[in-house]
Amino acid sequence: MMVPVEGFMYPNEIELQWSVLIVVYPFVTGLVAGAFILASLERIFHVVAVKPTYRLALLIALAFLLVAPLPLQLHLGHPERSLEMFLTPHKTSAMAMFGFVYLWYLMAVVLLEIWLDYRHEIVLLSQSTTGVKRLFYRALTLGSSNISAGALHVDDRVGWVVTLIGIPSAFLLHGYVGFIFGSVKANPWWSSPLMPVVFIFSAMVSGIAAVMLIYMAMMKIRKQPIDMRCVDTIAQYLLYTFIIDFALEMLDLIHRIYEADESFRSLDFLLHTKLFFSQVVLQIVIGTMVPILTIGFIQIFDVPEKLRRVAYAICGCLTIIGIFAMRWNVVIGGQLFSKSFLGYTTYKMNLISREGELIAAALLILPFFILAVLVKILPPWVESQAPSGD
Amino acid sequence: MITRRKLIVLLPAAALAWKYVVAGTPELAPNYNRSEHWWGMLLDIDKCIGCGNCVRACSTENDVPDGYFRTWVERYHVEDWHQEVPQVDSPNGGKDGFPPSTAIGGKNFFVPKMCNHCVDSPCTQVCPVGATLHTPDGVVLVDESYCVGCRYCIQACPYGCRFLHPRKLTAEKCSLCYHRITKGLTTACCENCPTGARQLADLKNPADPIHEFLKTHSVQVLKPHLATGAKAFYHDLDGSVR
Amino acid sequence: MNLTKFKDAEHIVRLAVACAVVLVLFLLVRAHFIPKSFGQYGHYRGDALAELSSKPVVFAGHQTCEQCHSEVLDVKKAGKHAGVNCEACHGPLAKHADDPGSVVPQLPDTKVLCVRCHEENIAKPKAFPQVVGAQHSGGEACKTCHQPHSPMLIPGEKKS
Repeated sequence: MMVPVEGFMYPNEIELQWSVLIVVYPFVTGLVAGAFILASLERIFHVVAVKPTYRLALLIALAFLLVAPLPLQLHLGHPERSLEMFLTPHKTSAMAMFGFVYLWYLMAVVLLEIWLDYRHEIVLLSQSTTGVKRLFYRALTLGSSNISAGALHVDDRVGWVVTLIGIPSAFLLHGYVGFIFGSVKANPWWSSPLMPVVFIFSAMVSGIAAVMLIYMAMMKIRKQPIDMRCVDTIAQYLLYTFIIDFALEMLDLIHRIYEADESFRSLDFLLHTKLFFSQVVLQIVIGTMVPILTIGFIQIFDVPEKLRRVAYAICGCLTIIGIFAMRWNVVIGGQLFSKSFLGYTTYKMNLISREGELIAAALLILPFFILAVLVKILPPWVESQAPSGD
Repeated sequence: MITRRKLIVLLPAAALAWKYVVAGTPELAPNYNRSEHWWGMLLDIDKCIGCGNCVRACSTENDVPDGYFRTWVERYHVEDWHQEVPQVDSPNGGKDGFPPSTAIGGKNFFVPKMCNHCVDSPCTQVCPVGATLHTPDGVVLVDESYCVGCRYCIQACPYGCRFLHPRKLTAEKCSLCYHRITKGLTTACCENCPTGARQLADLKNPADPIHEFLKTHSVQVLKPHLATGAKAFYHDLDGSVR
Repeated sequence: MNLTKFKDAEHIVRLAVACAVVLVLFLLVRAHFIPKSFGQYGHYRGDALAELSSKPVVFAGHQTCEQCHSEVLDVKKAGKHAGVNCEACHGPLAKHADDPGSVVPQLPDTKVLCVRCHEENIAKPKAFPQVVGAQHSGGEACKTCHQPHSPMLIPGEKKS
């Protein structure tokens, strides 16, 4: 396994341990957390404008949440032993705590909230459909067909509480991913108290952008008009979150440059060479500054609707690419330099392997198939009504 | 160095242990009590000649796969006062020795590296399942039948001493030859070091020569600012060593 | 009415019961699958210590060699190689110590063995005896002049 090494690396460091799958994983959980936060905007903070995307955001969160463990399982040397993380979780290990945070988030937040919000339709569908579908919906009702005003009111109240708990849970879900990296004192590219915060805000950015893009795409597919008030509001929240995210990342960068500790020379060189394209060009310029400036421009100047839609679509795509690049730069970038600060290695990604490009691409596409199924089973909109209605 | 004191301590222990080794019974020798030992290692830079015997011996003793290293040797070249930019090489981990150096002048020396069997090891802290462990006698080990291969420990080790075994797909590293030291033998690397640059140290044994050495020589550990509680003590470790 | 209130929340109660059942199942699975020796000494399988201690030994250790080859020890301990253990040159010999008759070790070739330590290198300690092999012996095997167990030559002396 001859990998080109520049300078000196400890012999065991030459081969990268965490592959592109470990880039896909925080990217996917970030989308989950971000989509959920957007959904909670309406529920908790009564931002009525984004209501059309409420259910869709929940389904997007679920679709990506179901895919999230897959890159991890594919990465493990012994996935058949992964149950050990639930049987004997090591309480000092952030990774062990993940299993429970994930389960909590899946069961007690996302699934519960979807169930509560959709229960009315589920009960109706359990009575109107036939065959296998009927059985499926009946199972989902848990045997109760009470959709009286009182019951629905209970659903609403409990759902509100779930969403309220869901917000810190979403922060926890993705903040701990940041902590998994941020708490590794051996790696100065990762070790930072800012890491969980940066991860959370970049997650929100990617999730909001994803919901915005998928909403616009689905409206186009259904040949329905896009609710511009909704999309404009989402773009605003994207902008605010982006500004905070950008400020945090720049703070980290400036702090590093100013303090210039023992790792600085090595990391600085890395940034100017191997990571230049992915960090400076993709992440910072194209993925962050262009969307911020564009959406910022739209806040200040009057831009016609059609042009705004195009701008949002492009910015949404650039944002997603930029946030993926950010995950890449953290995970892969953190393994490209030696802990002796005297050398660099190269990441050899294979096209066809358990942890290769094809698998990574497949894992990123899979959630959309799941989403298509979810949208069929639990339609976010009633076809006959206008999308901005209740 | 074989001192009379060492022979008196080691011979009967080894003889007794050997009986069990030869008999094929996989238990540790009955006279080994885990709570009586606290293992570390002394690495004397003044004595290391970069022969690579330790790397080869470890590889043979522990069936280490090619291209991976439970221990390795680095060669340093430091120009004058430029401590922050040493030139370092470690061809195949030093397993085949070192070719003649192209360096001219400056300060040159060898540094053997291995797992530091840290008291507050970051690797055990991050293991999600409890597959990497601290033994009661101070050795950090990997339970390869429990390891899931997540590689978090490899990321967390500041010294680069861990790797993923390419066939077993579990984390692996220096075990301080636990299967030897619990039978009264020394580690494979120490056994085969021709100059005594590597010496096993039992910090809990008052008769161990390490205590006298620590009193009369200055020692250092790698990356002390990370406060890992490393128990691999270096004598005469230059400030340029990473 | 209280009854109506309960009826309206009945589905929540059903959900709570379902969760409780899942939790109990999980605890049962956990109790069954956790290895028995786990937690004996710390957060790991206690049995691992015995397993890791019981791996076979490959190098016998010089104390074992010396039990049979004491005459070599006598020569070695008086010379410069007193601190060099047997297997450092002769290779791993636990199998030979186990059954001396069946495993007969081969003598190492001094043309390649000795230069591993004694070939000159700028990084070796200055006081350590090192030579440039080609100039020193012209490619001849070292044991032509040096006795490996006590290699130091007095000037003018040649190996007997």
